[in-house]
Amino acid sequence: MKNEYIPQLSEIRQVIRHTNLEYTFRMAWEGPVKPGQFFELSLPKYGEAPISVSGIGKGTVDFTIRRVGKVTDEIFENYAGDSLYLRGPYGNGFDLDNYRGKELTVIAGGTGLSPVKGVVDYFAGHPEECRSCTLIAGFKSPADVLFREDFAFWKDRIRVIQTVDSAPEGYEGPVGMVTKYVPGLTFENPENAAFICVGPPVMIKFTVQEILKLGIREEQIWISHERKMCCGLGKCGHCRIGSTYVCLDGPVFNYTEGKNLVD
Amino acid sequence: MGYCLTKPEAETLFQKLLQSYEVYAPVRKAGEGCFSDTDVIRYDRIRSLEEIVWDQKSDYSFKEVLLPVNETLFYFTEEQTAVPKGPEKELLIFLRSCDLHAVRRLDEMYLNNGAGDFYYARRRERTRFALMGCPYTCDSGFCVSMGTSRADQYDLYLKVEGGQVYADCRDSRLEEYWKEAGGAEMPVSPEYAGENREKVALPKKLSNESFTKEIWEEYGARCIGCGRCNFVCPTCTCFTMQDIFYRDNPKAGERRRVWASCQVDGYTDIAGGISFRKKQGDRFRFKVMHKIYDYEKRFGYPMCVGCGRCDNICPEYISYSNCVNRLAKEEEEA
Repeated sequence: MKNEYIPQLSEIRQVIRHTNLEYTFRMAWEGPVKPGQFFELSLPKYGEAPISVSGIGKGTVDFTIRRVGKVTDEIFENYAGDSLYLRGPYGNGFDLDNYRGKELTVIAGGTGLSPVKGVVDYFAGHPEECRSCTLIAGFKSPADVLFREDFAFWKDRIRVIQTVDSAPEGYEGPVGMVTKYVPGLTFENPENAAFICVGPPVMIKFTVQEILKLGIREEQIWISHERKMCCGLGKCGHCRIGSTYVCLDGPVFNYTEGKNLVD
Repeated sequence: MGYCLTKPEAETLFQKLLQSYEVYAPVRKAGEGCFSDTDVIRYDRIRSLEEIVWDQKSDYSFKEVLLPVNETLFYFTEEQTAVPKGPEKELLIFLRSCDLHAVRRLDEMYLNNGAGDFYYARRRERTRFALMGCPYTCDSGFCVSMGTSRADQYDLYLKVEGGQVYADCRDSRLEEYWKEAGGAEMPVSPEYAGENREKVALPKKLSNESFTKEIWEEYGARCIGCGRCNFVCPTCTCFTMQDIFYRDNPKAGERRRVWASCQVDGYTDIAGGISFRKKQGDRFRFKVMHKIYDYEKRFGYPMCVGCGRCDNICPEYISYSNCVNRLAKEEEEA
């Protein structure tokens, strides 16, 4: 039996600094990976943390890490020219077939953009494969905006609304919660619309309410859940909600299923 | 086949067995109970049949033999990892019928739910189980209600009565020892508790709607979130990862997994200061619903085996079995 707990040493190829607290680490990795899946990243001595794949390249995977805990603190302090340990990928990830030919709207809050970024990257790169693609991405303030270079690339290829919750006077971009931009969405054929909504639990709750008000059916919406996961293998129990193991059965759920997941 | 040996003959056989087996059984730890001057009955490696406690239920279950309280997954130096050796001998675990049913629950989680667990599997595949009979019911168990009072999947059944040791061998390798010892062949069948003092009726209509019941708040107000119920439970399997490094060589250390409790703070904490089930009542509901509803929804049979240990260990005298009965009664009255 394979020992799934042994991580693999992976070289850090590139570090992209978004803000003082959020960096993307581009790591060497060979093998199939889907957007929305996650890896257990670790630095021996400090522990493991589940981190979503925020980009997929040739021989690399990206992890956008926010400095908020013991493991991530240490990753920020000690990454220089070094490597990290990886094991994965885990979880179901986003199935791109669900969105091909659709009028797709991706709504993301803060680092919630990471798990869904691979989907946006894909349809920005292959716009002919979906009917249309809209990204509504919200951040706390202009200083918290992630993936600035990617936004520049996306803006020419898909419709992008990049908003901030609040901004200093004189800021010219969109301001307000992502929910503010949902009612204005229009569709050629609402039946052919698809939504992906990823972010903090409260943001998902209110955004889905807005989407449903558009007359969109629950089965047209997908969400991704974030939970504590010590193993990623359906063993440690921390991510369980009811009879569902988020690490095995998710983290991506169609809303018809996701709405029943009550902690 | 059943056998009967005298106690000294059985002890001689047991000493031979120890050459190839690590044997674990409930033993008395004098003075180590939760209160002063009390004993605790818990599992340990034994060197003589005399050490086994037959007349009392163990306070903690056998699960720590297959899933140690803390288990080193690997040692690391700067760029290398090394996995500790697995068991060097075969394992033999003495347990009762309810606990033997719990083995199926552990197998379900560690072998079937997602990829198989390397550490559990390498111990499990070398493990045999020796059933201890229940000539009378324990005081808090409700195995009859849970359908776990009888167990056929044992490798060995052992019973000590008077100066005799009776055995029923199902496993051919274990049976070799009895054949060699030359005891009298005779039919031996396990003693099972026919009736419990505690009887539990399972509610049949639980759902997400049950989350708002007042009963959770009530128990939540009493529960202090110590997690003991999880640690004595033979079917609780949660763990948390933990990395440590050595004080005398900070470049080397180990990654471990340690038992975790869904009742204790921190169980659901994620980045950014978010946590789920902050209220104790929600955690209590999460545990009870898992034992009698959520697990069954996923795997097709209830998780709880009715050993009653959680009722015995609770420092707040919360009775899980009473809670389950109240849920069933509420349904009936509704």
